[in-house]
Amino acid sequence: MIVAKRKPLEQIEAMLEGFERILIAGCGTCVAVCMAGGEKEVELLAAELRMKGKLEGKRRVIDEITITRQCDKEYLDQLAKYAGEYDVILSTACGAGVQFLAERYDDKLVLPALNTLFIGVAEGPGEWSQRCMACEECVLDQTGGICPMTMCAKNLLNGPCGGTNHGKCEVDGQKDCAWTLIYNKLKKLGRLDVLRKIQPPKDYSVMAKPGRFTHEAFEKAEDEEGK
Amino acid sequence: MAAAFRDAFATKDFVVTAEVGPPKGTDVAELVRHVDLLKDRVDALNVTDNQSSVMRISSLAVCRMILDRGGEPILQLTCRDRNRMALQSELLSAAVLGVKNVLCLTGDYVSVGDHPQSKPVFDLDSVQLLQTVCLLNHGKDLAGNAMQGPTDLFPGAVVTPEADPIEPQMIKFEKKIVAGARFIQTQAVYDLDNFKRFMDEARKHDVKIMAGIVLLVSPGMARYMNKNVPGIFVPDALIAEMAAADKDKRLETGIRIAGRMIRRLRDEKVCDGVHVMAIGKEECVPEILKAAE
Repeated sequence: MIVAKRKPLEQIEAMLEGFERILIAGCGTCVAVCMAGGEKEVELLAAELRMKGKLEGKRRVIDEITITRQCDKEYLDQLAKYAGEYDVILSTACGAGVQFLAERYDDKLVLPALNTLFIGVAEGPGEWSQRCMACEECVLDQTGGICPMTMCAKNLLNGPCGGTNHGKCEVDGQKDCAWTLIYNKLKKLGRLDVLRKIQPPKDYSVMAKPGRFTHEAFEKAEDEEGK
Repeated sequence: MAAAFRDAFATKDFVVTAEVGPPKGTDVAELVRHVDLLKDRVDALNVTDNQSSVMRISSLAVCRMILDRGGEPILQLTCRDRNRMALQSELLSAAVLGVKNVLCLTGDYVSVGDHPQSKPVFDLDSVQLLQTVCLLNHGKDLAGNAMQGPTDLFPGAVVTPEADPIEPQMIKFEKKIVAGARFIQTQAVYDLDNFKRFMDEARKHDVKIMAGIVLLVSPGMARYMNKNVPGIFVPDALIAEMAAADKDKRLETGIRIAGRMIRRLRDEKVCDGVHVMAIGKEECVPEILKAAE
């Protein structure tokens, strides 16, 4: 899932300077799971902003709404009947959700309340870690299910650098060396031979931004409509 | 002028290289002094590439300065700051400027240096960079395009004999040789027995091995490296030897230790040469080599 973290309150306050009618729009999917932008977090953020506004004598109305997902048009439509009433919408979605919301309500200023961190997993309560760079060319079949593009600071494809340090990374002694993890895993699986193959340079042309993908079933449908 | 580096392996039993680090800023007086002091005492001089991720004069510019002064440079090229286009362009530029040798490295991460906000590149890794050098030597670029005129570069790489675990390091070492590395300069080695064990493996491959020698200047430095520098192991006996020396004799002791190591590596025919890194104490290299006689 997408993991995100709320921006500092001061930064959000600064963005909202001068606006009276504010709608905080939460997102009920990834950012709700990682406790950054779901219904509960929206409630908390709204309370903090109201309190701060009151203490500073600001005239403002802060309302809340959390929808299932901000990265899907059908859910964004649910805001249609409210959007007009506000000067600004503060979105607690990931960067993708904020943009989709801003695109759907293009006469409205939409502001981000979160910083989007990464695609990751829940390691434990309140703890997430990055696992995927969305590089469009998965090599996990050759690396024991451990991604060198993500887990190695230098995204090396052919083995550890000289900075590998008793299983830790030179960049951050708290972090594991991805290539030690990959080596240990492949050894355990009896697949060390895979490591001996020289991996060619990554093809970054497939990662050309902005990415776009149409499922083939829908491609066909579009083609047929076109005819 | 010293003989060309690659020929030195054919004509000599033991090849010696040292290292100079380009400065930050345009004052090259000290660098020039070091180059002049070392160029005729070694078979080649490595020129580091933004060493320790600190922004400096480029390796290529200093390589050309060494050629102008009659020395034989080895261009160090890391994957940290350049994508595959810039790396290849640098290699072509090195070739036309008369540089004959290139040491291919991954490079330190940007966060250890003085521009930690930089975008780290690592478009290629060291194995892929070695393959690239070989392609250019055959007149083709990495995208398969023919070029007007090939390069003629002698490619080298590095290895860490004290890496833990050692097996993935050795697998990468083998890949580097398959990818075209003709010479290897190792991370600093202090334990001869460990290094001999590494050489037992390394000798199975057709590649010239130069042991890395880093000058110890104090027992504190040795302890610091043991604790903080990946892949460096200074045995307790050497730390004790450094500590036993009077403060004003410590550098002398370090020089003696380095000289002794070189002598043993050479006399016992352990490897094909040494690469002396006297980080910040380049003026000591002639004394180290004298101590090795």
